[in-house]
Amino acid sequence: MTDISDIAPMSTPVPARGTRRLRLSGAGRIGVGIVLFWAAAALLAPILPLPAPNASDLLALADPRPSMAHWLGVDLSGRDILSRIIWGARTVLTVAPIAVAGATVVGALLGLLAGYRGGLLDTVLSRTSDVILSFPVIILYMIILTRFGASALNIVLVITVTKAPIIYRLVRATTLELSQREYVAAAQMRGESSLYIMLVEILPNARGPVVVDVCLRLGYTTIAIGVLGFLGIGLPPPTPDWGGMVRETYGMISLYPHMAIFPCVAISTLVIGFNLLAVGLRRRARA
Amino acid sequence: MLRYTARQLAYMALTLIGVSFAVFVLNEYAPGDVARKLLGAYATQEQVEHLTRELGLDRPVLVRYLEYAGRLLSGDLGQSLTFKVPVAEILWDRLSNTFLLAAVAFAVIVPVAILFGVLAGVREGSLGDHLILIGANFISSLPEFATGVFLASIFAVWLGWLPGTSPMTTGGGWSVAAQLVLPVLVIALYDVGYLIAMVRVSMASVMRQPFVRTAVLKGMSRPKVILRHALRNALIAPFTAILLQVNYLVAGVVVVETVFAYPGFGRMMLQAAMAKDIAVVEAGTLVAVLIAMTTQLLGDLAYRLLDPRIRLGR
Amino acid sequence: MSGALLSCAGLTVDYALETAGLESMGQRAVDDLSFDIAPGEALGLVGESGCGKTTVALAIMRYLGRNGRISAGTISFEGRDLGQLAPRELRQLRGGRIAMVYQDPHSSLNPVMTIGQQLMEVPLLHRTRRRAAARELAVRALSEVELPDPEGMMARYPHQLSGGQQQRAVIAMALIAEPALLIMDEPTTGLDVTVEASVLALVDRLRRRHGTSVLFISHNLGAVGRLCDRVGVLYAGRLVELGPLSQVFANPRHPYTRGLLACVPSLADERRGRLLTPIAGTLTERARQAIGCAFADRCAHAVEGLCTSQPIALEAIEGEPEHVTRCVLAERLPAFAVEGEKGPASEARPAAEPVTEPLLAARGLGKRYALGGGRGALEALRGIDLDLERGGTLAIVGESGSGKSTFARIVIGLTEASEGELSFKGKDIAHLAIGRRRRDLRQRLQMIFQNPDSTLNPSHSVGYALERTIGRLHGIGRTQSRADARRLLQLVQLPADYAERLPEELSGGQRQRVAIARALAAAPDIVVADEPVSALDVSVHAAIANLLKELQARHALSLVFISHDIALVRYMADHVALFYRGRLVEFGPAEAVFAPPYHPYTQMLLASVPDPSTPGQRAAVREAGTAVSQEIGRGCPFAARCPWRIDRLCDRVDPPVLEPSDSHRIACHLDLIDLPRTIERTA
Repeated sequence: MTDISDIAPMSTPVPARGTRRLRLSGAGRIGVGIVLFWAAAALLAPILPLPAPNASDLLALADPRPSMAHWLGVDLSGRDILSRIIWGARTVLTVAPIAVAGATVVGALLGLLAGYRGGLLDTVLSRTSDVILSFPVIILYMIILTRFGASALNIVLVITVTKAPIIYRLVRATTLELSQREYVAAAQMRGESSLYIMLVEILPNARGPVVVDVCLRLGYTTIAIGVLGFLGIGLPPPTPDWGGMVRETYGMISLYPHMAIFPCVAISTLVIGFNLLAVGLRRRARA
Repeated sequence: MLRYTARQLAYMALTLIGVSFAVFVLNEYAPGDVARKLLGAYATQEQVEHLTRELGLDRPVLVRYLEYAGRLLSGDLGQSLTFKVPVAEILWDRLSNTFLLAAVAFAVIVPVAILFGVLAGVREGSLGDHLILIGANFISSLPEFATGVFLASIFAVWLGWLPGTSPMTTGGGWSVAAQLVLPVLVIALYDVGYLIAMVRVSMASVMRQPFVRTAVLKGMSRPKVILRHALRNALIAPFTAILLQVNYLVAGVVVVETVFAYPGFGRMMLQAAMAKDIAVVEAGTLVAVLIAMTTQLLGDLAYRLLDPRIRLGR
Repeated sequence: MSGALLSCAGLTVDYALETAGLESMGQRAVDDLSFDIAPGEALGLVGESGCGKTTVALAIMRYLGRNGRISAGTISFEGRDLGQLAPRELRQLRGGRIAMVYQDPHSSLNPVMTIGQQLMEVPLLHRTRRRAAARELAVRALSEVELPDPEGMMARYPHQLSGGQQQRAVIAMALIAEPALLIMDEPTTGLDVTVEASVLALVDRLRRRHGTSVLFISHNLGAVGRLCDRVGVLYAGRLVELGPLSQVFANPRHPYTRGLLACVPSLADERRGRLLTPIAGTLTERARQAIGCAFADRCAHAVEGLCTSQPIALEAIEGEPEHVTRCVLAERLPAFAVEGEKGPASEARPAAEPVTEPLLAARGLGKRYALGGGRGALEALRGIDLDLERGGTLAIVGESGSGKSTFARIVIGLTEASEGELSFKGKDIAHLAIGRRRRDLRQRLQMIFQNPDSTLNPSHSVGYALERTIGRLHGIGRTQSRADARRLLQLVQLPADYAERLPEELSGGQRQRVAIARALAAAPDIVVADEPVSALDVSVHAAIANLLKELQARHALSLVFISHDIALVRYMADHVALFYRGRLVEFGPAEAVFAPPYHPYTQMLLASVPDPSTPGQRAAVREAGTAVSQEIGRGCPFAARCPWRIDRLCDRVDPPVLEPSDSHRIACHLDLIDLPRTIERTA
């Protein structure tokens, strides 16, 4: 046989997988930068030369505006705003990732199961997620957190419950589509278990959209945590919490706008960072 | 279509029953609590138990739920502890305020979202598209309380053009219209970015469809192709999302109402929840869920009507 | 040529490629292309994917998108340079003087507008301001393309039409303004073969009636042969041969043209039992940029230096002044004859062996799918009786929706039958889903899938797919299965180190080879191949078909070969089963099925096959209407389209089974003697 058709070397060199994974668009890189900045601040909070976040400098209350001693000024109790913002980063960057990770794991596993198995399980799970999604989230937060108390654990649980259905829907839809792929049939033909097919054949190919969505979720969760703090149903004082800082000071906005503005800037930049990261990842996934 | 609607309505009723039960249990199950709340911290345990029996709170939860449901169906929503008025009264009062805010915001958001979404999506990848996309991303990244603080600092504190609070009374010297500007602006900024992105994606995918090429190669001018062929297809998918914003606008604007001390539904719910004013929380939750499910159903139905492929079957 | 309607001179089109991260680079899609189309003439442009044929069409329409541009050459139409037109003039031209018909009619029509609205737009743009007049023109156009009930059609939405009807509507839309030139870009790709034939016949009638010129773009030489007066062959954006249809087909002078003609199987008898001649290699980026002949690296005749060093001009062939080719060796090539090597199958085939126990036998096999919302059931398959002999090839032929894939899925166990039995080695497996099949049964029945893009998991390497299959089905350890995987790759003629590659690094043909290797990894008795080549380029068809045939002979495989390509089936199969709407209409040895007497559907199918070796023949076929209000499962499934239909019998009563010869069965109400015996073709 002289048949060598279509065995010619590929015309365009395909870059190795490792190098492609690192490349992000400009927006994505800015996003990474912002998120890393806040992550570093959160990590380094204990060793930075800052006043303790809850220490009151009563002398500074005479003029709480930014000064050499307090770069971003002090709040109504004379606490250093910069310190509270940096310690607040620690709070939000602990609670948000844990909550999103919980939502992702729960949502993805249930989504895989429902999408691949279908049937009654799918019906029940999908209906339940529809109900949770149609429920006005903020009212849910208010009911649950005022009823059970606003601990970090409760906040994580509440966010997990409300965000998991979003991931669930995404993974279920992707799984439904991917289960029709011929390679899944090929895996069934060699007798693979359902668990293997879900985790090894389907999940790796559903990864892309989930990763993008996790970044978006991180942004929204950061907002949600801020909102809880702002409404007074978040972490109890005196925990340094960006939303809570705004709550305590926005009434004084006509006198000392800086007290509310700085924490607002902090939370806005972090959310923008997460969203830019998602944009960058999405653009790369499409390329 | 009728069948579908009927099924959805039945499903909605079931969900309402489920939700009302869940909320009821969540709020009232721990028997001692209600009486304790009513009597205050200094009442003796005996007094609490006595009142519990008196109010019938020691009976099975299902029985109590059925009684509660019966009262709801007869229109009796109970008495508010914090506001000292019948729940129905305060509920309608606050809801009507919120509806006003929601209606104005909706009227601002929808045209803006469609305009910018279409402009961006028509030329995917162009400079204008990038700018709109980045802008949309930016504004939807700002939490409402942050936008509220920023805008109030600028327009109320610094420039003094607008009031910093919107109690909806004319005592402060500001007209109702002026009081609405900042809340509406904050809501619109937060919400419109998401909708722009939604319309943009849909428009861009429609512009890539072969039927757009067909229309251009018929000899039609580009604006006409966009208006006649692309737009209608592009608005089918975001339509549901747009309608669902009603849901957010009614129940989700707690933050804005709090920032501007606006006497709306969300703030009432927050106050009631913090004060454990159970009757208000229960009634308010049901109203919110009812609104959510109604908009969802309307969105579904409209989607089916707009797309002949679904309306007429395959 | 001064009398030309359309004239391309030195047309060169480049695309700017924006690849993420890499610096932007250009790609030449069309290179120095010149041709003319005379008024009333039909010119075919033929080539495989990536040859630039669609770009030619879009360049004429001046619709190249933002990253495409005409970098050299001119296109003139009715004496005007299209490059100099103002936007307004361009709009008048588009749809008015030049109209286009597209590949996928379904997505070319706006889903939310009625057919009528979309048709009326054209006259409103080009011919009249009055809606009533436009409406009249639209109705007339619909009746001209022979759509039933043109008035009713006006109010319908595209999704309510069948694929063939949609394409007719698009053709009506193109012709409504009476353009001078009709450009058709793969107008029948994706349509069933009988529908393709009727659409082509329609276009041929209409262009003669209106004197419209046609530029017909296709990868299918047979389809071009149906319609065109002249044909041009494109390779890597360059015209390699151009001439009158009969001259190019009978005396092709460019090796690529010869390759295209030789690699497709033909229904003609003399080629039975011979291997197809595939075109070696693929079109590479380097070949595109070659100074000399772009085809040289795939050409068996190429002479180093002579072919590659200098640009090669199009030159006329001696004795055929209108026939030009771009080959320095044109005059030296031997006379053209389609001649393959003798295939292994022709020797291995047992000649009328005494009937042994069949390996696989279906009896009354059926499958119903329950429709949601209590709308009853969809019958995908009913009453299938057929056998597969050990070592034989059973081809299942049918159009889309004929149930052939359902049959394949039942064999493999991906779907359970709802009635009847399917015995494999005497054991009924019809109701045994894959999850309940034991390892040795799964190992004995393997499948090759249709879609090269989804047959392999993009997250796993080629080696992993093979090793895992070997490991799971034979319980072999990792080291041994690694070695086996490499051996398998060589068996399907891929380099062993491809085991390290990911599917995205392979071409479609290569992926399909891996899929074949994966099926062989199980060491199966039966391989079910579901349309294994239909998603690949024509020149790759031959290589894959040959490979299957060779492996079958070497490993004593039995093959269930599912295809809609009847010429390929003729080439592959020794038994043929024809499915129509879930029912078996004819079954028997290939020689018997392809010889008279025919089932009326078989006859129509054979008449529809475009065959480049007999150009100019046009089929007389009917297209199915969508509104066939025939009850599912009652009567003959073909009744609605059958020219011999007996009213109130065929559409009500199941047809009896006739047996013209041993083991040849035809399900038809006609008497044996009345069955069609000739393949009706009109010249």
